[in-house]
Amino acid sequence: MRGLTWAKVRRQLLRNPLTLTGSTIILALILTACIAPYIAPHDPFATNPIQKLLPPSQKHLMGTDGLGRDVLSRVLFGARISVWIAFLILLIAGTVGTTVGLVAGYVGGFWDNLLMRVTDIFMAFPQLILAMAVAAALGPSLTNVVLAISFGAWTVFARLARSRAIAVREEDYVEAAKAAGAGSLRILFVHVLPMVLSPVIIQGTLSMGGIILTAAGLGFLGFGAQPPSPEWGLMVSDGRNFMPHAWWVSTFPGLAIMLTVLGFNLLGDGIRDILDPRMR
Amino acid sequence: MVGYVVRRLLWMVLVLWGVMTTTFFVARVIPADPVGAILGPQAPPEAIEREKERWGLNQPIYVQYARYIGGLLRGDLGVSLRTRRPVLSDILQFLPATVELALAALLIGVVMGVGLGVVSAVRSGHALDHGCRVFAIVGLSMPAFWLGLLLLLVFYYKLGWLPGPGQLPYWLPRPPRVTGFLFLDAILARDWEAFGSYLHHLIMPAFTLGWLSTAAITRITRSSMLEVLHEEYIKTARMKGLKERFVIMRHAFKNALLPVVTVIGIRLASLLEGAVLTETVFAWPGLGRYATHSFLSIDFNAVVGVAIFTAFLYASCNLIVDLLYAYLNPKIRYA
Repeated sequence: MRGLTWAKVRRQLLRNPLTLTGSTIILALILTACIAPYIAPHDPFATNPIQKLLPPSQKHLMGTDGLGRDVLSRVLFGARISVWIAFLILLIAGTVGTTVGLVAGYVGGFWDNLLMRVTDIFMAFPQLILAMAVAAALGPSLTNVVLAISFGAWTVFARLARSRAIAVREEDYVEAAKAAGAGSLRILFVHVLPMVLSPVIIQGTLSMGGIILTAAGLGFLGFGAQPPSPEWGLMVSDGRNFMPHAWWVSTFPGLAIMLTVLGFNLLGDGIRDILDPRMR
Repeated sequence: MVGYVVRRLLWMVLVLWGVMTTTFFVARVIPADPVGAILGPQAPPEAIEREKERWGLNQPIYVQYARYIGGLLRGDLGVSLRTRRPVLSDILQFLPATVELALAALLIGVVMGVGLGVVSAVRSGHALDHGCRVFAIVGLSMPAFWLGLLLLLVFYYKLGWLPGPGQLPYWLPRPPRVTGFLFLDAILARDWEAFGSYLHHLIMPAFTLGWLSTAAITRITRSSMLEVLHEEYIKTARMKGLKERFVIMRHAFKNALLPVVTVIGIRLASLLEGAVLTETVFAWPGLGRYATHSFLSIDFNAVVGVAIFTAFLYASCNLIVDLLYAYLNPKIRYA
């Protein structure tokens, strides 16, 4: 991954139609999340029993759900939840993982061994099962979904940060900083961390699709957001009750999940190609 | 080789201990109230106390932990609070349905993945290559629960081509339970009606789960094939005047297979995970559905049991793949 700069990555990404599509989807998603209250045609929480389970029409482009709420507005507001969850998980898992990896890689020896064995143990869990266990123990809520997924997601970052930290540790400028009398913490955060950051961010992009999918899965199973939250997984689960007839209640939120994850996976696929030139 | 196997086995035991300890503490220390969840919010405090005593929940956590390890060493995963049966027999009862589903899904994933991967590599850079890739990535991006619902909507409710949720229609009695695997039980009982019906029921859940695996397998097949296709001996084979189909299948594909086998093994482990969502949608009586129900009712013995058991399966799959790889590639064995 050496010599890989953001400028290079960007050039490669814009050349490939698939990654370009992916980036466009992600930008659209983030934009939607930001301006949802301004573009939503209805109040996503306003129930209206008379207008329940209306099929898609001019007034309700995606129809209404079992309580007469506008599905389109709920899907738009759901984008905020998904983006927010994914961002928080990446922040927590990225910070914890990078710190563990940095310390393990830079300090080395006993601590490296210990931290990496702990990482291996967490990697031995099937992610969804671990997340379900944590979410179940903490009780179902959005915050707990964030904690539950972060609980397993940090390992990838730890491994990556460690391998980079080991490489950087041997660099001349780190030696120079040491010789100049810089403390360990200063060297770690000022000299090593910046070199570790860009692969960590790239890995974050690669993990994003899976994280959103796991979060939606937890929501669908009932471990996540609780009604009346417009979380997409929960909405799909809610729509199951009306399935044969009112297909739109489940279909549109599910489509939103699919497109979002697709966006991240298309982008991730392109990034993998850049990192692995054999694929071209 | 023996040393390598022993090292790996010891490491696996250590990992399982770690998994067990983590889930044990997550499931018991974190403030959720399992007894309250079982008895309901109106339960009198005395009843809760009595129940806590019965399950040993009033003892200090380290005593509970030591007891649990003691049980585990005897192969006892404790009793489920929800079903009131030993967790291990619950798990073993629900496992066969999941294994059948996962194997069927893997079959679909491998056939589609390897096929698409080979086509992609041979037509590298063409429209067909991009098409295969998009198909695989869409499958990877599909929430399993949503895909399952859509398939049910179209092929069951609207078209009526395939049967709905479950393993058998309600009017067909299940063949006597011999192996626990419905596939085998139906054959053993020579109950061909149930056999045929079961295969029909298996199509949608297996496809739902199989499509998810396609992406990883396509990707690795493609890159492995591309690498092999650039080798000198492929050029030689072509120059000898061999038919292109023959060169690709006999010369290239066979040699591109090793990394594919590894990925297939890894996918098998993660199919267990996908099974959780697929089984919920298709009312499939497997381990995934059992896990969901136990987790939702904070049935802590079942939670820890399921976590250990899945980690065990997961670790076993990885171990087998690693051993296979070490066997095939001596460079790793001595590292």
